Amino acid sequence: MTKLKPWLSLSGIGVFAVLLLAVAPLMLTDHWLNNLGKYCCWAIAAVGIGLAWGRGGMLVMGQGVFFALGAYAMAMHLTLETAGDRIPGFMVLYDPLAPLPVFWEPFRSAGFTLLAIVVLPVVLAGVLGYALFKRRVKGAYFAILSQALAVALATLISSTIRETGGDTGLSDFKYFFGFVLNDPANKQLVFLIAATLLIVCLLAVWQLYRSRFGELLVATRDAEERVRFLGYDPANVKLVAFVVAALMASIAGAMFVPIVGIITPAEIGAAASILMIAGVALGGRASLFGPALGAMAVGWGQSSLGSTWPDGWTYILGLLFIVVILFLPNGLSSLPARFAAMRRSPERQTVPAVAAAELEEVRA
Amino acid sequence: MDALIAPLLNGSAQGALLLLAALGLSLTFGQMGVINMAHGEFLMIGAFAAYLVQQVISASNLSIPVALPVAFVVAGLFGLLLEVTIIQWMYRRPLDTLLVTVGVGLILQQAALHIFPSQGVPVEKPGWLDGQLNILGYQWPLRQLFTIVLAAVCVAALAAWLKYSSFGRRIRATVHNRDLAETSGIPTRTVDRLTFFVGSGLAGVAGVAASLIGGTNSQMGAQYIIPAFLVVAAGGIGQLKGTILAGWAVGVALSFFAYWTTGSLAQVLAFILVIVFLQLRPQGLFTVRTRSLV
Repeated sequence: MTKLKPWLSLSGIGVFAVLLLAVAPLMLTDHWLNNLGKYCCWAIAAVGIGLAWGRGGMLVMGQGVFFALGAYAMAMHLTLETAGDRIPGFMVLYDPLAPLPVFWEPFRSAGFTLLAIVVLPVVLAGVLGYALFKRRVKGAYFAILSQALAVALATLISSTIRETGGDTGLSDFKYFFGFVLNDPANKQLVFLIAATLLIVCLLAVWQLYRSRFGELLVATRDAEERVRFLGYDPANVKLVAFVVAALMASIAGAMFVPIVGIITPAEIGAAASILMIAGVALGGRASLFGPALGAMAVGWGQSSLGSTWPDGWTYILGLLFIVVILFLPNGLSSLPARFAAMRRSPERQTVPAVAAAELEEVRA
Repeated sequence: MDALIAPLLNGSAQGALLLLAALGLSLTFGQMGVINMAHGEFLMIGAFAAYLVQQVISASNLSIPVALPVAFVVAGLFGLLLEVTIIQWMYRRPLDTLLVTVGVGLILQQAALHIFPSQGVPVEKPGWLDGQLNILGYQWPLRQLFTIVLAAVCVAALAAWLKYSSFGRRIRATVHNRDLAETSGIPTRTVDRLTFFVGSGLAGVAGVAASLIGGTNSQMGAQYIIPAFLVVAAGGIGQLKGTILAGWAVGVALSFFAYWTTGSLAQVLAFILVIVFLQLRPQGLFTVRTRSLV
């Protein structure tokens, strides 16, 4: 559909942009605007997951890792900005005389921080992806190895209390690149940055899907061997999608910090990574808007249901996985097309593209 | 010398526990290509079953020997239920099955949190498991020895079952070539169900062993699933000897890393080790030789 009517998707992004950038700030209270900002962050990460998983067939269960890279880079900078010339408060608590850890020092610079948010995930995803894809590690192996990395990183951060704040994480940021964070006007500014970044990511993915690369990525997902026989290296195609997804997760993490005001290992571990997947699955992994909208819906569900009824929320999340993946593997966004297909020929059952891809994998 | 032996002994016990946790996972993965992410929760079910058995026959040395078969059957039945209700419909969609079982795991965890106290329940360690045994001049805690012996017994039983029973033959035939097995009259669906029952049951047994070493709570399954999968991946799919060797190796590696650094850094190092290892042998330690293009 995207292919036939590129202008339709593009105008969809336009409508989305108007809603987020103009309507939302006018209509919503500060509290809900801030929440919407948080959902935008998850949506940014979800757009990346949609690219890697939905289009590329790589189930990235550990996007928390890259989310963490961006988030902690940003949080370290904001912490240092708040602390000024002194050592950050939480460090003083554990050892008043110890110097600032060496790896914190460069994050005093705003430029270095912004660079780190972009470079760190690209380097890590590049190395990891190269190592795994070149050796043709895929499917469940890839999914669980990526989750293992998220678990390992979350444990590592939990245990390094003095360097990273441990389980309590980093919080109490007062400034955001010179702006006072408590000021509602500045909060609105931060929201607008996050929303703009989401629109930019959607545009980037829209362009990628239309490009030759997008075709290759889908081809790799559906028939990796054939792509290889045609003379392309599927590893490189997957690597690019994986790195772009990692970059988006990192950007999402970096914006999450000033909006939410805290980052802890709980926000990046296995559970958080699973939550991101849930949104993408709900919205429709292979569609353009599905991942973003799904992630926002799940984010909203978590903050409204999760706070009033945390037990029930976990049940709902579990059921969501089962029901959506069992009955609606291409998510809610596939419903209109399904209904249309049913109207045309009720008895015709089509195998979902993603399922077909995995069928291929089993046979191989 | 002590610096080498102590982590080695410790790691062997840890490896035995990992092996127990990975055994069932490897079996179902090899048989059906399904990664059951709720496997850790089946392990948790086994641990809670041990606790419930102890509530019935309290303060008895028999509680653990009774708990082992009970945990096997209870966890196995949960596995069978999962296979019949959900997994059989997800046939040939391995990644989706993985995600669905994540959802099942979430629900089971939350249910455990509802039924049992959130801080977990105490599983009594029977008296005969206290104390130590002197082997070759080193003191082995009986509890660790018990884990190693239990793992050895389970592996031996599973190997014998796969090798000598008619069902075992059918399982091996299905693993090798499902279509051919089906054509020659093997009821592969029934074989799948029984495999899933046994695989999940083994997780229950692992849960009993885990309850004797660590805590018994709703989060315990989540701790084991990733290391167990790393063991399966490093060992090679559906390869019993690979799983044994990898389980022991990952356990010892974790133990050594933890000895030299910290527990959490050990996990990261073990992860890197498995990635590096997969560079050398992408199919794991042992592979089934096929002509397929993977």
